[in-house]
Amino acid sequence: MRNAFIEELTALAATHDNIALIVGDLGYSVVEEFADRFPDRFINAGVAEQNMTGLAAGMASEGYHVFTYSIANFPTFRCAEQIRNDIDHHRLPVTVVAVGGGVAYGALGYSHHAVQDYALMRAMPHMIIAAPGDPLETRACLRWLVANPGPSYLRLGKAGEPRFHESMPDVAPGRWVPVRDGRDEAIMLSTGAALGAAIARAAGRAVWSLPLWSMAAKAEQSVQLARHERVTTLEDHLADGGFGSWLTEAVAGTPAAACIEPIALSPEICDMVADQATLNRIGGLTS
Amino acid sequence: MREAPFVAAKPQDTYLLAQRIREQALRMVTRAKASHVGSALSIADIMAVLYGRALRVDPDAPRHPERDRFILSKGHACVAVYAALAETRFIERASLETYGVNGSILMAHISHKVPGAEFSTGALGHGLPFGTGKALAGKRREASWRTVVLTSDGEWGEGSNWEAALFAAHHNLDNLICILDYNKLQSLKTVDETLRLEPLHSKFEAFGWAVREVDGHDHGALADALEGAPWEAGKPMMLIAHTIKGKGVSFMENKVEWHYRNPTPELLEVALAEIAGANSDA
Repeated sequence: MRNAFIEELTALAATHDNIALIVGDLGYSVVEEFADRFPDRFINAGVAEQNMTGLAAGMASEGYHVFTYSIANFPTFRCAEQIRNDIDHHRLPVTVVAVGGGVAYGALGYSHHAVQDYALMRAMPHMIIAAPGDPLETRACLRWLVANPGPSYLRLGKAGEPRFHESMPDVAPGRWVPVRDGRDEAIMLSTGAALGAAIARAAGRAVWSLPLWSMAAKAEQSVQLARHERVTTLEDHLADGGFGSWLTEAVAGTPAAACIEPIALSPEICDMVADQATLNRIGGLTS
Repeated sequence: MREAPFVAAKPQDTYLLAQRIREQALRMVTRAKASHVGSALSIADIMAVLYGRALRVDPDAPRHPERDRFILSKGHACVAVYAALAETRFIERASLETYGVNGSILMAHISHKVPGAEFSTGALGHGLPFGTGKALAGKRREASWRTVVLTSDGEWGEGSNWEAALFAAHHNLDNLICILDYNKLQSLKTVDETLRLEPLHSKFEAFGWAVREVDGHDHGALADALEGAPWEAGKPMMLIAHTIKGKGVSFMENKVEWHYRNPTPELLEVALAEIAGANSDA
């Protein structure tokens, strides 16, 4: 996903001269080509995420579409108020990019796990969350974000995720994307890098992905939910404030709410040392 | 030499402008029973010099691409900016009556929805990073406009400001001016008693900024500094403006309580009389 992201961003920057990339002193062996090709639009802000984010908002207010890039919680929680006040409240075109969504950084530990980021970002009224499930969804999301500039959050896994789509999926906020055919009455619906786990435990059920979602996109969920009797959501995030929680809120008080079964990471993984696969298994995402 | 398409309506009598800013600020805060009048009076002279002569801005084209960008980081002092915008025709004077009223655009912390206001603040430590981004954008595009950020003194407790101070110097942003409203009083006690900033001048110099200190109520000194920018090629500018919180109203000067209190109608009349009197003496 990381490689799909930087390849696609570099390609888009060649045709959009307002795209800028600011990194928080991270991105070794990832951002070099962008930096070499577009030195005027690449900035290493240093280890200073609050300034990186305020700075991005300032540049965005002057016509740039700025991408801030860092690991897991650093570009989100560390500078949450800058995202809330400077970017989201002013509806500025800044895309916050976090690499290492979920527990992708494994044994590096809790400081490097993004398992509450949806909760933070989905609380922002104008924010679009882009949580692609494979490299093709990453490219599709990025193209959508560049075509529709605004406050946004792109949550990536790491590198080397498998490709699940055969062609570029058609993405839009709130729109479920079909990934695997199967039984339609009971389905799996995942967001982000949990897509692989959703496919693995589908057991004949159809698998869908929802890579773009937001507060505003809640409105369209009841129609899509109505087509199925049981929807099992999967996310590499804690249940509280997460994706399943979002979907349930979208139809709270209606019969559709009862057909949602959210599966999310158990908080016990927050205290453990283990690799990604093990944390996802112990957390209840995979078997 | 850059084009100055905005100078036609200026310069104004900045002392008269400052008087009007103080009067309007006091009236707004009294009507709305709002706080922070001391903070607004502290910057009234700075606002008058900025909007009366130093800033290149045009009320008929508030989003003019070549305008100077002014950002109030101490958003709680917004009545001084709203008053300046009204006195220089960015907004209707009558609209000031809606300050803090339900449905008004005049939020009690500065709002970007107000014509002429670039950026909403209220949480401290946001204006300088944002302004730094604007200044960087201007540099990268070789633009001639400048970015001016007005911060309080207390908000230099925020780490984000120091991050931006490092960044602006590292990137040689000599199109960025930060004015520090140094009234030496913060929310509970003095800056010295709260979280010491001194030695401020040498601290900013050590950060790589060009630093000047002025009496923040001396219009000539403020104008010289602001109009003489850039002071040193490749360096962002820090203008430490020594001010008095509550300046112009004797019973508000240097009093923490006027960070919070709003005047009674009777006290408003006393305050307005003092301000009118001070200007006629000058």
